[in-house]
Amino acid sequence: MSLFLQQIINGLTLGSIYGLVALGLTLVYGILHIPNFAHGALYMVGAFMSYFFMVDLGAHYWIAMAGSAAVVAVLAILCERLVFHPLRHSPPIHDKIAAIGILLFLEAVVQMFWGSDFRRMSSPFTGIMNFDGLIIPEQRLLIIAGAFVLVVALQLFLRKTMTGATIIAMAQSREGAFLVGIDANRVAMMTFAISGMLAAFAATLYAPINLVYPAMGHLVIMKAFVIIILGGMGSVPGAIAGGMIIGFAEALGGFYISTSYKDIIAFGLLVLILSVRPQGLFAKGAH
Amino acid sequence: MFKVASLLMTPAAKYLMLAFAILFPLVAANEYQVYVMATAFVWAIAVYGLNIITGFCGQLNLAHGGFFAIGAYTLGLLTADYGWSFWPAFLGALVMTAVLGFLVGIVSLRLKEHYFAIFTLCVGFIIYLLIDKWEELTHGAIGVRDIAAPYGFGLVDFTDTTPFYYLVLAFLVFAIWFMGRLSKSLLGRTFIAIRNGDELAQSLGINLMRNKVLAFVLSTTYAGLAGALYAGMVRFIGPEEANINHTFDMITYLLVGGIGTIMGPLLGTVGIVWITQSLQFLEEYRMIIFGPLLVLLVIFFPRGITGSFLTWMHRKSQALAPTKKRQENKVKTAQNREAESNA
Amino acid sequence: MLKVENVTKMFGGLAAVSDVSVEFEAGRINAIIGPNGAGKSTFFNLISGLHQPTSGRILLDGVDVTSLPSDQVARLGVGRTFQTTNLFEQATVLDNLIVGHRLRTKSGLWDVLINSKRLQREEKAARDKAMEALEFVGLTSVAGQLITDITQEERKRVAFALALATDPKIVLLDEPAAGVNPEETVGFAALMRKMVDEKGLTVCLIEHKMDMIMSLADKIMVLDHGEKIAEGTPEEVRNNPVVIEAYLGGDEDAAA
Repeated sequence: MSLFLQQIINGLTLGSIYGLVALGLTLVYGILHIPNFAHGALYMVGAFMSYFFMVDLGAHYWIAMAGSAAVVAVLAILCERLVFHPLRHSPPIHDKIAAIGILLFLEAVVQMFWGSDFRRMSSPFTGIMNFDGLIIPEQRLLIIAGAFVLVVALQLFLRKTMTGATIIAMAQSREGAFLVGIDANRVAMMTFAISGMLAAFAATLYAPINLVYPAMGHLVIMKAFVIIILGGMGSVPGAIAGGMIIGFAEALGGFYISTSYKDIIAFGLLVLILSVRPQGLFAKGAH
Repeated sequence: MFKVASLLMTPAAKYLMLAFAILFPLVAANEYQVYVMATAFVWAIAVYGLNIITGFCGQLNLAHGGFFAIGAYTLGLLTADYGWSFWPAFLGALVMTAVLGFLVGIVSLRLKEHYFAIFTLCVGFIIYLLIDKWEELTHGAIGVRDIAAPYGFGLVDFTDTTPFYYLVLAFLVFAIWFMGRLSKSLLGRTFIAIRNGDELAQSLGINLMRNKVLAFVLSTTYAGLAGALYAGMVRFIGPEEANINHTFDMITYLLVGGIGTIMGPLLGTVGIVWITQSLQFLEEYRMIIFGPLLVLLVIFFPRGITGSFLTWMHRKSQALAPTKKRQENKVKTAQNREAESNA
Repeated sequence: MLKVENVTKMFGGLAAVSDVSVEFEAGRINAIIGPNGAGKSTFFNLISGLHQPTSGRILLDGVDVTSLPSDQVARLGVGRTFQTTNLFEQATVLDNLIVGHRLRTKSGLWDVLINSKRLQREEKAARDKAMEALEFVGLTSVAGQLITDITQEERKRVAFALALATDPKIVLLDEPAAGVNPEETVGFAALMRKMVDEKGLTVCLIEHKMDMIMSLADKIMVLDHGEKIAEGTPEEVRNNPVVIEAYLGGDEDAAA
């Protein structure tokens, strides 16, 4: 039983991270209809930035996280301005290739500075909590709590602020948004910034119980894509629910079926779903 | 610059290039250069495959490197573990990639644009994971050793670099010849119509699924052919052959050379392979240059070297037409368009 | 020629087209008008098979085509244009048109590999058909131009030619005169008339330009909120109070 609960905690942890990454991806997709293949690279840069602030500059974990979020937000805005904005009228294949270009570039730059070694990043939360035999490392609790706080904050921002409302409006109807005079450029930049920040937060939260290396974004981004297809491209609740589904599937599947194939679960699920429902599980219909 | 390149596009230039390729082993400084060129040719064959599905048909297939690896592994495993000799295993690799391409195609090609790209990205990764984890079949991370080299029926010894180079060249020439014929044929035009838009193509009576699957199977078979040749050349392969980065490399070659063109895949692949080779420091960090290059290409020269030259040449040959009136018209339409978008 | 019986199309819970019945006679110019969002383009998509109706029947020369996919509908002789036509920008006008006749040919992969007689014959036929269509729309002079170098009006004519190259019996034209100036609009009207008179085609068009419709169409169907609210000759439709209400009552500008 306690082993099972342990897997539930693991699933929650994984689901939280996947959910945060998928949230950024789905926001960008909802608003600009770009599948941002470079999102995983932003996640990776987020981890390295935190590592840099902590290890090289000696900053505190929280400071490092904030700094990393700021850097990645700026980076994401640059991507939007310099790459995706000029491509907004191009054939759909072009923005995907450009996103791959960004991904390759960011990975190569990080590799140039830090090499391709696996690095460990510490965090002040190294303790382990014992709830009547159920052992939970503090960092995992932090991940779950942090993701929860971020999701609530994002919801408040989207629902309660003017800027958030414009983002929602534009996600629902781009033409409509133009008609009511929404500054599409500002919304696009804002969305990329939020998406980058979420990626950086997720990376910084997850890095202490994982490793930091240039290719660390690959698996995460692919799973995030699976998640947003599961949850409906552009849907915020869908991204969170999808993140949890994949997180739990991996934790339980990895434990009860096979550890070496646990990464395949998400993709197998995707293949299965898309084979049956080409539009995704909760998709509202074709765009 | 344009002039030099426009010379490259004439039919005579193609024969010159072929002559150069045939003479290359004689003028190469050492065997290593011949080997590098043969590698470039192998990749070029795979890039031609990507050109069919992505360049002509407009579907960004991110599993292409995976099919390359399947071709390589099929040949490798059949010869190393199951005692097949090279040529039957070679055929086996083609059949395997075609059949798997068909199966993946009928599922994935029902998906539109982004979904297709994401789906194939995942398929590519599943292929990598299977190769890496299914140790009973693939030997996992250890890789496959002692892969057979092609036998030359007692006439040539393909374990030597130069004969192998000619073998690859022969396949490459066939690949390009077929691509050229395809592009001008009604079938190739059908693929291009699909790239222009699913709905338009259907309204022209084109069966989307049948044609997309055909294009996909052709492309995976090209990838399988290249993979099998690669395995026969290096004779030792590992899970890294299925790394997604190979797909990204091929996209770069295709974009630089010219997506949807006939000579683009060759020029892009050979050009970049040699640039990377000659600037050794680039080997590891080449993506610092090629990443931004990809972005710049899709923004400013979406049809790459070859495509841009072809357009330029065509305009030049049409320059005798009454340009002035045409330009006036263009200004007028631009204004119309603006008026429309303001309305 | 084309008979639509009680066709309804639901998207989610909304009816984009609701219980529409209409019959278009052969050799006539039929116009579909209505405010924006009235379901006109959806109606075209239903006829051409891009969408399947939720209920109702569509008959083409007595053949039930209701649930046929779009490519088969095209083969049965329904040609169409779109509001915007994506063409291969870096290829010539002629190259873009050759594929139009593809649906009347059979060559496959094997023919390409051996360059069969059939392929050569069919390619010639497709090329001739493309030239013929170009000549019909009056674009022979730009056959060798790249698409990216031709004008907006010429593009629209290329889209016409592409539909004609499929050897259709009926053509569905979605806003053929949108975004072209008044003189060019007259040219398109003449072209449509020529399709009927010289080729014996049935034309069906969606259009907002009322002057053109009123002088050109033999029959007009008016859609509003997915429902057919009127049908008849231009004269009848012009004086129909329901139509006047629909156009004046809404916010949409009828002349737009």
